[in-house]
Amino acid sequence: MFKQRYLPLWITTSLLMVLFLIGSMQFDGFASSRVVMNLFSDNAFLMITAIGMTLVIISGGIDLSVGAVIALSGVATSVLITQYQWHPLAAFALILPAGTLFGALMGTIIYSYRLQPFIVTLAGMFLARGLATTLSEQSLEIDHPFYDFVADFGFELPGAAWLDLSTLIFASVFLLAILLMHYSRLGNNIYALGGNEHSAQLMGVPVKRTTITIYAASSFLATLAGIVFTFYTFSGYALAAVGVELDAIAAVVIGGTLLTGGRGFVAGTILGVLLMGVIQTYISFDGSLSSWWTKIVIGLLLFFFIVLQKGLNGKPAKTITSH
Amino acid sequence: MQPVLELKHISKRYPGVKALENVDFRIFAGEVHALLGENGAGKSTLVKVMTGAESKTAGEIIIDNVAHEFATPIAAQKMGISTVYQEVNLLPNLSVAHNLFLGHEPKRYGLIDHKAMTTQAEQLLSRFKLDIDVNADLAKYSVAVQQLVAIARGVAMSAQVLVLDEPTASLDAEEVQTLFAVMEQLRSQGVAIVFITHFLDQVYQISDRITVLRNGKQVGEYLTAELPQTKLVEAMLGKELQQLTARRSNPDDKHMAGDDENAVTFSNVSAKGSIQEFDLEVPKGQAIGLAGLLGSGRTEVCNALFGIDTLSSGSISLGGKVLQLSQPSDAIHAGIALCPEDRKTDGIIAPLSIRENIILALQAKLGWWRYLSKTKQQTLADFYIDKLQIATPDADKPIGQLSGGNQQKVILARWLAVEPTLLALDEPTRGIDIGAHAEILALIKSLCDEGMSLLVTSSELEELVAFANKVVVLRDRKKVTELKGQQLTSQHVMQAIAEG
Amino acid sequence: MKDSIQTVSAGADHKLSEQDLAEAKAARYQAGKSNSVGRYIWPVCALALLLAVNLLLDASFFSISYQDGRFYGSLIDILNRSAPVALLAIGMSLVIATGGIDLSVGAVMAIVGAVCANLLITDISVFAVIIIGLSTGILAGVINGALVSYLSIQPIVATLLLMVAGRGVAQLINQGQIVTFQNDTFSAIGVGNWLGLPMPVWLVIATLLFCQLLVRRTALGLFIEAVGCNASASRYMGINDRHVKLFAYAMAGLCAAMAGMIATADIQGSDANNAGLWLELDAILAVVIGGAALTGGRFSLALSIIGALIIQTLATTIIVSGLPAKFNLLIKAIVILVVLLLQSEKFRNQCKQLLRISARGDV
Repeated sequence: MFKQRYLPLWITTSLLMVLFLIGSMQFDGFASSRVVMNLFSDNAFLMITAIGMTLVIISGGIDLSVGAVIALSGVATSVLITQYQWHPLAAFALILPAGTLFGALMGTIIYSYRLQPFIVTLAGMFLARGLATTLSEQSLEIDHPFYDFVADFGFELPGAAWLDLSTLIFASVFLLAILLMHYSRLGNNIYALGGNEHSAQLMGVPVKRTTITIYAASSFLATLAGIVFTFYTFSGYALAAVGVELDAIAAVVIGGTLLTGGRGFVAGTILGVLLMGVIQTYISFDGSLSSWWTKIVIGLLLFFFIVLQKGLNGKPAKTITSH
Repeated sequence: MQPVLELKHISKRYPGVKALENVDFRIFAGEVHALLGENGAGKSTLVKVMTGAESKTAGEIIIDNVAHEFATPIAAQKMGISTVYQEVNLLPNLSVAHNLFLGHEPKRYGLIDHKAMTTQAEQLLSRFKLDIDVNADLAKYSVAVQQLVAIARGVAMSAQVLVLDEPTASLDAEEVQTLFAVMEQLRSQGVAIVFITHFLDQVYQISDRITVLRNGKQVGEYLTAELPQTKLVEAMLGKELQQLTARRSNPDDKHMAGDDENAVTFSNVSAKGSIQEFDLEVPKGQAIGLAGLLGSGRTEVCNALFGIDTLSSGSISLGGKVLQLSQPSDAIHAGIALCPEDRKTDGIIAPLSIRENIILALQAKLGWWRYLSKTKQQTLADFYIDKLQIATPDADKPIGQLSGGNQQKVILARWLAVEPTLLALDEPTRGIDIGAHAEILALIKSLCDEGMSLLVTSSELEELVAFANKVVVLRDRKKVTELKGQQLTSQHVMQAIAEG
Repeated sequence: MKDSIQTVSAGADHKLSEQDLAEAKAARYQAGKSNSVGRYIWPVCALALLLAVNLLLDASFFSISYQDGRFYGSLIDILNRSAPVALLAIGMSLVIATGGIDLSVGAVMAIVGAVCANLLITDISVFAVIIIGLSTGILAGVINGALVSYLSIQPIVATLLLMVAGRGVAQLINQGQIVTFQNDTFSAIGVGNWLGLPMPVWLVIATLLFCQLLVRRTALGLFIEAVGCNASASRYMGINDRHVKLFAYAMAGLCAAMAGMIATADIQGSDANNAGLWLELDAILAVVIGGAALTGGRFSLALSIIGALIIQTLATTIIVSGLPAKFNLLIKAIVILVVLLLQSEKFRNQCKQLLRISARGDV
């Protein structure tokens, strides 16, 4: 039964390997440590977001606002740096707590007024995009010595690969998330919420605090991802990261997390993002394939994994749980 | 001696309903206190107030001479009151160990110590004679195991007061004895146990003190040793016991149904993961009982009959015609109806009105195109509310607001409206108060007299023996024996279940 | 049979007492009353309030003129512009009532638009194009419905598939281009008018009437509500919950096809990237603003249409008020939040308490 629980993880890993192998055989330079490190640095912001999404989905919720929060975080950072001449670190110190507060507010509304996470975070998505547009309709370029320092920061790896700051930030977030989900009471409570909120409450799980923490964490990570995204683009734009919430959800599902909540792994989500990244790399190496194939292939992958989840969890033993 | 927990003058009102009125309840350390009453008497509400799941409208809760207010179950738990609710309120997606220790996980260096948790879980469950893989998901285990795990969790909280709401409902006799052994052990350690049950025998076996509720009011508090069973039932029902026993007496006309015409015949029926090589004849106008433990195949027979499980071999025929049953609507069109075991998830549609709940099966049989007008729906609903004495001011009340017994009557009305040849009832009296219980039993009898065939599953053997023409005993998803005539006594049935 | 049942119950004394019964009845009638009124009062009030705000901002807001065989005016404009979302909301109401959700309707609009545009540049008759377009929508709906009912995939996931892949498919059909066409008959779906009203408005009216008859004059509506409340119990009653769900998703697909044709006819071309983009969210919002629970159960098509009108009126209000366009999203978000909160009974009670406290403070 352990095997069964980890089966989606193995399948994602194998698919990742197989596709990577195919790519390496077809194209020169595909199987290089540089391509691998680029996968991480290009997708660091998505991975950070998707980790937050994993927590939310395991708890039985969903967060549609993350893409908009990334954009808002980027725009706010750029505005503070370029228009108000703040030091980037000071800007981060303001923006990260503010983003966390945004998520905490959504969590409070979801819990207190018994509204569906789907609809509340949808409103949150409009709100964050609206705030970002209000701050600046134009894309704002960041030109600051600190950003030059960030761009140069990193460690040289064999094979002309580069371990940059974004990847390091992602790696620390990842480690913390693993500790949180598997070695802390909060993590257990998150899984418990995803199993059955009512039962969890009766079993003494602090539902309100946990719900608020989950959405606060998701928004915090999205805000952080927005900052990482500015390291990547050197700009903030209100219409950036449109649809990232969908990519994050897709990565979570491909990573073996049950969309109804209660089961899943943070590590799986990372594999999901990597698989999607490898597909994109393959398509860009090929050059003749059009970009829309990415969407279709990800759709098919999603379909495959969802049917697989059905096969594994389709007929659970009958349990008595209250509604 | 001071009670560890005392509830004084507790009242609880819901809009339009007085659930509890001026109820007192107290429990001392080291005793098992049975809380009894019919469904709707207010037991569940009292438990919810006691454990912080609901707030009281008036009254006080006193622990160690200090009045307390519990806003949440957590607050109550912190005061040493831990509860195992009627429905297993655990999390099927978590492992057994996680379920046992959620919120109290053993830690090392601030992180959860999985190894210690496993060992402690195994130790705890060994007290319940459960030797299972504690790291497997709870969902993998049967309802009985889940129930025991829930109780073990309550015990693990090392509470001062342990509230067990219908803990034995899904346990077999042996598991009940194991549970009682643990309860006795806890009692000797000074734990106060509130025990709620429908089984009066169990009350006399384990409890020291009894509080009886009726219609949201307290009838009285008694010492178990000083209260004869007849007096107890009287207190619960507020009426003489004779009526009840009179209904239970076995009339001799049980086997008078002369014609051997069979309504339904199972021949050599097997279904995957369900019953094996099952034969049964249900004669017209007779009531056939199905007995056996949980998981013995009782429910599976009903599911095969109703097109929920597909047959892998054999056939089911009605009036000599072999039926093709691939979904419930096939069975309904053939004249078969089923009141399912799990009323809440498979029976009622809680937010819809009584009227809609009554007419839905008939409407489904007629098809979406032939719509029953509102007037016709109303006539049908009023007719059955009147005939089955469903306690409701009108037909537009959502069925979810009725008591269990009344919900069951609505479901019966739903199937009577379809006028089936064979009505299968899977545990029709589970979780229903004694008054409604007797009514439903009498209804079953009268339906038989009308010529309807019945297939009734029940875990209450006395009840089965009282009205069934024949009882089929199942074990391990196979038929063990059929009992009728002089052989049909609850002792014989019990023996067959136990010995196979 | 019925007589014998009566004698059975004679001994029962566990019924409520007369007084309790009367009390419960009175309480519930009041509850029932406020419930049914409450269901309509909030969406209608919100719409009225928005319209009133517009009237304050622009005195000529309600004026309607008749020119060249059609009506002109802000109100007509709102009706016309809200048509695609209103159509989607009709289908979405049915899907949500079964306890599902359809995220793919925007992508289906894009696919249908692409199909129609590519057929219109060939010499197939317009009638055939419309039939093929509608069938494409129904097919997409049936795929969603089959995933939900036959593979038992959660609706949010099942329709996410088509939401992600659908736009890819539309781009594939268009080969990444914006396909334009010249066809006056087809364009009439988007820009034509009849009896003075724009064609899309008529389409909404016709669809609403058709669906209302279909679900309320047959047992379909009741079946949908039963399945939405408790699919398992519905199955035990002989309702084929799979067919019911399939029907709801197919209707959503059909509605999306019509909305897609309006969008395509409007710009005389198919833009796979932008056609119907985020409209699924507007449609869901319309249903929610109309007061339906996302968990399924009771539904009202008329209320969902009011929801769609509220969304469009809001957009118009922002333009009329002369606020910079960049505030559009922000204001929309705030209004949505307020509507959502107002639907929560707890929030309303909190507001009432606040009002009471401040009133006391004044005295």
